[in-house]
Amino acid sequence: MSQITLVQAVNDALKEEMRSDNDVVVLGEDVGVNGGVFRCTADLVEEFGEERVIDTPLSESGIIGAAIGMAVYGLRPVPEIQFSDFIWPAFDQITSEMAKMRYRSGSQFTCPMVIRTPYGGGIRGGLYHSQSPEAYFTHTSGLTVVVPSDPYDAKGLLKAAIRSPDPVIFLEPKRIYRAPKMEVPEDDDYIVEIGKAAVRREGTDFTITAYGAMVEVALKACELAEKKGWNGEVLDLRTLVPLDEESLIASVTKTGRLVTLQEAPKFSGYSSELSAIVAEKAIDVMEAPIRRVAGFDVPFPYTLEHVYMPHAERVLKAVDDVMTF
Amino acid sequence: MSRKDGKNDGEKRQGGRKSRSKQGAPRGPGSKRPKTPPKTPKVERNPRENPMSGATQDLLQVISEGGKALKGKKSGLSEELLLGMYRSMVQTRLLDERMINLQRQGRIGFYVPSTGEEASQVGSALAFEEEDWIYPSYRVPGLFLQRGVPIERMVANCFGNDADLCLGRQMPVHYAFKDQNIVSISSPIGTHIVQATGTAMAQKIKGSSGVTAVMFGDGGTSSNDFHSGMNLAGVTRAPCVFICTNNQWAISVPQEKQTASKSFAIKAKAYGMPGVRVDGNDVLAVYKATKSAVDDARAGKGPTLLELVTYRRGPHSSSDDPTRYRGNQADEWMDKDPILRFRKYLENQDLWSEVQENALHEELKAGINASVKVAENAPQPALETLFTDVFEKVPPYLREQYETLVQDEGTGHEPDPDAAFPL
Repeated sequence: MSQITLVQAVNDALKEEMRSDNDVVVLGEDVGVNGGVFRCTADLVEEFGEERVIDTPLSESGIIGAAIGMAVYGLRPVPEIQFSDFIWPAFDQITSEMAKMRYRSGSQFTCPMVIRTPYGGGIRGGLYHSQSPEAYFTHTSGLTVVVPSDPYDAKGLLKAAIRSPDPVIFLEPKRIYRAPKMEVPEDDDYIVEIGKAAVRREGTDFTITAYGAMVEVALKACELAEKKGWNGEVLDLRTLVPLDEESLIASVTKTGRLVTLQEAPKFSGYSSELSAIVAEKAIDVMEAPIRRVAGFDVPFPYTLEHVYMPHAERVLKAVDDVMTF
Repeated sequence: MSRKDGKNDGEKRQGGRKSRSKQGAPRGPGSKRPKTPPKTPKVERNPRENPMSGATQDLLQVISEGGKALKGKKSGLSEELLLGMYRSMVQTRLLDERMINLQRQGRIGFYVPSTGEEASQVGSALAFEEEDWIYPSYRVPGLFLQRGVPIERMVANCFGNDADLCLGRQMPVHYAFKDQNIVSISSPIGTHIVQATGTAMAQKIKGSSGVTAVMFGDGGTSSNDFHSGMNLAGVTRAPCVFICTNNQWAISVPQEKQTASKSFAIKAKAYGMPGVRVDGNDVLAVYKATKSAVDDARAGKGPTLLELVTYRRGPHSSSDDPTRYRGNQADEWMDKDPILRFRKYLENQDLWSEVQENALHEELKAGINASVKVAENAPQPALETLFTDVFEKVPPYLREQYETLVQDEGTGHEPDPDAAFPL
């Protein structure tokens, strides 16, 4: 096995699924000849033709709406939204249509489709190429929301998402698109099950929950904490909906202390839900108040991006708070 | 409306404005409410200035307004099909009347009548094959009936009972009929237009000879996804037929406030497809135009936009009061009954009689009554249907919510009889 990037992992997953299932089609802006602005769909049009790899007109609502029409007819479309910051024209299609199709029709019509979209900061993209929109989607019933944190998961989770009978929002952390590289299985049957979190580092003193590019930050924070004699556990959620609640509760039951980490703004963020679940179901095992580390409640900045993004030292401060409470 | 009425209307409107400004003035603690409610402004419609209103001479027609076959125009349909279309139109009207009555009596929560638009629905329906897919608007019951949807399924949906295929999850008339390839209806306007393009593209990708048709109103042409859908279909030459039922009103907004274009059909030009204006009250013209567009799509000649010009004679829905914005309208369109027109045509062809008419009404009413009786006595959907069909399998957190609900509150939930929908 060779070492590949997250971009290559996505590309491989698409190729494998398109080879094994003729109903899988890719559509979006620049996904064809150009292979996507991040090259996630590179070489697909050459192998599968323009009928299955469709360069669409520039309309996000149109891309998702058309994909819904394909999905209800029996295809398994994988539309790409070039940056998740541009997904909003399709919000109506996603929340009013795709998410509710199965429910409102009594399962007569369904939307087995995956919306792939790069998200998150750290690429000097400013307001409109950096946001983390997960909470808008985790709040909508009917959507599965998946966020891989490395190439191995990106490939396995994307393949699982494409095979899912339900619509999936697949958020790709673009800051780690090209590094690190990792060995990833080339077996067709290899998938990573949706709905299972992964313990990235075992520890006994505190838990950090993270997903996407923040997993790396959480691990760094644990290294810093180790110097203070604290042994942290990192829980990579991988799937935000459905949440692997069992793993979350198991981890905090072991450590008694929780720091949640996300780069999206703090208020009404996804991690607030984690905090609430732990408070509701496991407050009796907690030895310190829960701390949330998140982006600030401001629009995503350009020049001061490095200040906005949560970093290991900021996470360490929160760890310090829960350890010395 | 006549010009004289229009003038009166204008005077009333001015009066309404005065009253309104008075009502809008800040009120002190001791001020009184006006004794009589202010007259509401009405939309003045001047047929001479509005290129789209009233004029039918540029429309595709097969039957004259008086019910005669126009010279050189033949339906090409068998007697059986013609009578079948007439039956669906009458059934649609009778169902409408009954459902509105049930709503007024509080027996169903909501209804969308389509009185006056029966020809546009039934005429189109006949042009589709079984393999074709339909994205309907919420105002096309005649299409469903003509396409073979059992009437009891529609009535069950209006009651939202456990025989409703959608399990009472949506408001009445938001149907979905998989067996007839009729895709689930939602309330946001226009979203389904681009979905139809996607389905048509999928038909092409999967090598089906089927086509997709989508129905929307004049208001729908202003939505984002009208543009997205028309544009994408134009570019991909998807086998899609776009059917704009121009009933001239989007709730209270008249067509001239919806667009500055000379027609809705003309918009097709910008997307590189033909646009055809059709007399939407002429069931045979609607059939002919739809059939031609469907045939073209099936033959790989690409999409078409049809504009079926008709009139929404009733309210937008059971919650709407059109006198608020168009008065007690004596518009010339109110007298253009597509059912009467077709009946006269059939009578002129010696295909229909008074005796047959009466027998048909009796038979259809009995059928509707029977469906209502069954639907009204059917149970509500089971409590667990609140949680099923969100995903293919019920995930643990939804199972937990269901179990908590049953444990805390039991299963004996009765609906609130006073809940009424405002729109």
